[in-house]
Amino acid sequence: MNGGHGVTVRVDACGKTFADGTRALEPVTLDVARGETLVFLGPSGCGKTTMLRIIAGLEQPDLGGRVLFNGNDVTGIPIEHRNVGMVFQSYALFPNMSVADNIGYGLKIRGVGRAEREARVAELVTLTGIEGLEHRWIDQLSGGQRQRVALARAVAVRPSVLLLDEPLTALDAALRERLRGELDRLLRMLGITTIYVTHDQAEAMVLGDRVVVMRKGAIAQIGTPRDIYFTPANRFVAEFVGAANLVEAIAANGTISLPGGQLAVEDASAAGNVVAMIRPESIHVVAPDTATLSGLVERVSFVGNRQRLTVSGATQRPLLIDAPNTLEMRIGDRIGLDVDPRAVRILPGERA
Amino acid sequence: MRNRLIFAGQFAFTLAVAAFLIVPAILSMVAGVTANYFRGVRSGLTLQWVMQVWELYADTIARSFVVALATLGVTLLVGIPAAYALYVRGGRLSRAIEEIITLPLAIPGLAIALALLLTYGGFSNFRRSWLFIVAGHVVFTLPFMVRSVMAVFSLIDVKTLDESASSLGASPWRRFRDVIVPNARSGILAGSLMVVTLSLGEFNLTWMLHTPLTKTLPVGLADSYASMRLEVASAYTLVFFVMIIPLLVVMQLFADGEGRQVARR
Repeated sequence: MNGGHGVTVRVDACGKTFADGTRALEPVTLDVARGETLVFLGPSGCGKTTMLRIIAGLEQPDLGGRVLFNGNDVTGIPIEHRNVGMVFQSYALFPNMSVADNIGYGLKIRGVGRAEREARVAELVTLTGIEGLEHRWIDQLSGGQRQRVALARAVAVRPSVLLLDEPLTALDAALRERLRGELDRLLRMLGITTIYVTHDQAEAMVLGDRVVVMRKGAIAQIGTPRDIYFTPANRFVAEFVGAANLVEAIAANGTISLPGGQLAVEDASAAGNVVAMIRPESIHVVAPDTATLSGLVERVSFVGNRQRLTVSGATQRPLLIDAPNTLEMRIGDRIGLDVDPRAVRILPGERA
Repeated sequence: MRNRLIFAGQFAFTLAVAAFLIVPAILSMVAGVTANYFRGVRSGLTLQWVMQVWELYADTIARSFVVALATLGVTLLVGIPAAYALYVRGGRLSRAIEEIITLPLAIPGLAIALALLLTYGGFSNFRRSWLFIVAGHVVFTLPFMVRSVMAVFSLIDVKTLDESASSLGASPWRRFRDVIVPNARSGILAGSLMVVTLSLGEFNLTWMLHTPLTKTLPVGLADSYASMRLEVASAYTLVFFVMIIPLLVVMQLFADGEGRQVARR
């Protein structure tokens, strides 16, 4: 929405070593544009929450690290003066206040008058779809309702930056998916600079303008969801984001040689032992006699909207393929495999 | 076979409780309203001993409540912020401080009293006032308040509540007032009742710290046992029970109520 709201965030050489000597975060530098949604994605213990807490002001970075909002150094400013909005994994709603009082608390702290406060609370109640719950206590709300209240409370103060720490993790799968869509709509509408932490790659894909994949306290890759998915920088990203076949092969002259045949690749410069990534959905089943690569169907799992085949013989380890659900397939069938050269990604820096 | 053993065990336990706790307490209270203990209840029931206790010890009883309330006041003012700081800050230093606060539970009251006397006995105005006893009681009861409040803190994950209030712009004081204290209410109440009950019943420390002019309920009880007729001392016990039992009942009711509330969450 017209260039977005909120501030630009710059994290400058922020590392974190805890008192017991554990290195939670290697020094990281990155920029978040105004109005952008940046997602930190990674397994637990990768440092993504520490990163968020440093930006929030709940943790201090190691010496030399700085956090800048709109170019101003806020490293020494405590969280209560940073004007952030934060949603916690456990929501951390105040049990001693009603829903409306929870949402209005930040405004009350800022000395906003009662009438204005009530108007803003009403606005947010509508925005987050929790009409009629204003006077409930927190322990009378469902998980999804709590999540909405937490979000409403965080954005009520018109924060400079919105920080969300695994806000959907505490919910069951179906609800998580629905709220993910709602959250996406809301974040687009608010257009506020948002930093979102999750271990769920689907959330990262849907919500992120850019995704920062983290591993063991360091950044594994930064990019748009498409970058991350189609051109992963390394084996970790390829395997963490979506399903991936990592095949060991010998490359020469624009093809890679595999136990079951050959595949053309786009990257003609690749040579020697390489690791290539092929997503299951980019492998097409064709007649075996016309294909350059073939294998034997080892297992067929019908998922509903597709079927997942496990094919042996084509590559060293069994290959996973997502095939159309209408394809008649039996165990032991020999099938041909066709892959668009652009869908074969040679992983840089990985040696077989 | 096993069930019968369990039954026998429970029966024996019940009998033991009755024999060593309930029966002596009742006998003692009955003695307090008996005209002549040595002739037994046949000598008739009377309230004269209770009246005598009241006349002799009304000020002691009143002082006990003043001491208990003052102790409560101090433990509230010191204990809740201390529990907040210890819990939210965490770390090794906090644990060390918590251990030190808890130390009086393990040290005999007499030893604490002696230490207080050695250190502050020289300030004679302080030494002679009931505030000296309050000081002793605070040392003794503070761990109960701090522990009870900290237990609730961990139950409601007060650290995240504190962080979320701070993210909304609340200063430490506002957080403490608006979020921490209201949500720790159950622990504060439980701690308060414990402090008042302990203070009213405290003997060890108080016996060492008191002067003839600053006696409290239990010290007066010892005094009356030592120097009065048995009926008077027993009447004193009766008075003591009447004072303390309602507190215990409230405490129990409250604990039950909170238990249910927490279970509902």
